[in-house]
Amino acid sequence: MSGHARGMDLMEARGFDRVLETGAAWLLALMWFLPLIYALWTAFHPPEFAARFAPFAPLSLENFIKAWNAAPFARYFANTIALCAMILAVQLVLVTLAAYAFARFDFVGREFAFALVLVQLMIMPDVLIVENYQTLSKLGLIDTLLGIGLPYMASAFGIFLLRQTFKTVPRELDEAARVEGCGFMMLLWKVYVPLAKPVYIAFGLVSVSYHWNNFLWPLIVTNSVETRPLTVGLQVFALVDQGIDWALICAATLMTSGPLLVAFVLFQRQFVQSFIRAGIR
Amino acid sequence: MGGVPGLYPAMTRRSASLHGWLLLFPAAVLLVAFTHWPTAATIYHSFFTTPKGARPARFIGVDQYQTMIEDPIFWQALWNNFFYALGTIPASIVLAILMALWVNQRLAGRGFLRLAYFTPTVLPMIAVANIWLFFYTPDYGLIDQITRKFGFGATNWLGERETVLGALMVMTVWKEAGFFMIFYLAALQQIPPNLAEAAALEGASRWYFFRRVIFPLLMPTTLFVLINAVINSFRLVDHVVAITKGGPDNASSLLLFYIYEVAFKFWDTGYGAALTVVLLALLASLALGQYFFLEKRVHYR
Repeated sequence: MSGHARGMDLMEARGFDRVLETGAAWLLALMWFLPLIYALWTAFHPPEFAARFAPFAPLSLENFIKAWNAAPFARYFANTIALCAMILAVQLVLVTLAAYAFARFDFVGREFAFALVLVQLMIMPDVLIVENYQTLSKLGLIDTLLGIGLPYMASAFGIFLLRQTFKTVPRELDEAARVEGCGFMMLLWKVYVPLAKPVYIAFGLVSVSYHWNNFLWPLIVTNSVETRPLTVGLQVFALVDQGIDWALICAATLMTSGPLLVAFVLFQRQFVQSFIRAGIR
Repeated sequence: MGGVPGLYPAMTRRSASLHGWLLLFPAAVLLVAFTHWPTAATIYHSFFTTPKGARPARFIGVDQYQTMIEDPIFWQALWNNFFYALGTIPASIVLAILMALWVNQRLAGRGFLRLAYFTPTVLPMIAVANIWLFFYTPDYGLIDQITRKFGFGATNWLGERETVLGALMVMTVWKEAGFFMIFYLAALQQIPPNLAEAAALEGASRWYFFRRVIFPLLMPTTLFVLINAVINSFRLVDHVVAITKGGPDNASSLLLFYIYEVAFKFWDTGYGAALTVVLLALLASLALGQYFFLEKRVHYR
């Protein structure tokens, strides 16, 4: 191999250095996995083996069953799934329309409006909790799923991302369709949206993982089992329902992050590609 | 008409404006309602008292800010936030670069390495906090079990003023480094391979090549990561809410957590607004700094 080393390979570590670096990389990876392994161990063994590493300790699913029955996790799951789906659905529509406007229409105040959109990249709804709570209570939306989602539905990040993509659509395609009598909405739907498919996937993954994991705002807005998403439900469970039964808490923690973790392991490449695509401006 | 390349040229400005604004309208309503309006309202309300029951808000000028300047907890939260940013961001960036360099090479088990580094990123902060809470438990948790082997006694990592913020920082670096890694990984893959060929021809050492070629080329990525990391250090306080509640003795209170406490535990929304203004000012200066200073230096070195 090294006889034909070309390009970046030339600057890779060699010989003893390579052994050393591989070792360091693995050490760091093991350190990074350790907390997860610890949680997995505790969750899958009877409570008396929590924090005690006996190699032949019996495996058990009992902690998961107990945790599942101790709190309305089924409801929390349903809430989170409904919340993520609702936010994403509205986001996709709003963001597509706005991005199309910015990418193709020479409207009055375009640059100024775009600058105003970008403000949300710095000042996210997460930091405006005091005022947004007041707005929601005036609208009577406290303790509703719609209330949790509303501040996030017009995503500046999504508008920016899609505008960049729409701008790269060749004008010839656009014109050809219009010559055939295609209206703007039809054009958007038939030409722009299909061409931006990978960007939609990237945005979707980022959005779902953000809202699956979001905690502080839903914690403030919700106060009942009927609306609480998983993150808030997990916190209530860990705080109130249990003393310090680590095995149960670990099981509940893994259970709530489980779907996202499994999806990540299965679609690792798409996830990483999506985050990269979403991050590069 | 048609002056801007890429825009529809054959439309009159009036027609384009009508279409443009109609398309933008739904998003604009929500953006104004939940970003611009609350930003303005925060500033406005910071000059009023908190309305209580039948007593409406009363204009008090800069009294809330006066209170703030004399409020030791505010200063503590601000300093904590500063140290928290300082403690997590450089460490995350250095680790992220190292991880990316390693994953980008053909080391044994590259797929496993990437999975290990990136997995914590997918977990909710609240789950991370619960897992690490267990880690940090005095005597019983893994960290104390290990330190005991070296003859140390039990430490209440989350219960001591001296260790609590550090404990939160470690948790944050663990969660964030892998996220930043992927941006560096993407940047590394864009670097033309002939640079390495030229460097090899010149007999440059790997360290020299990294310092003089790779690291400068990664500058735009570093800026992007830096901005995001700073925003995150102000935005993400889930772990504080979940496991320390700012304690002990406010030693782990961060600015947004203090805002949350003031507005939703003590229900003092007027003071909460004044505190939010400080946070908004910090974020705004970050945006301006990025725009006027860093952008130019990074791209036109």
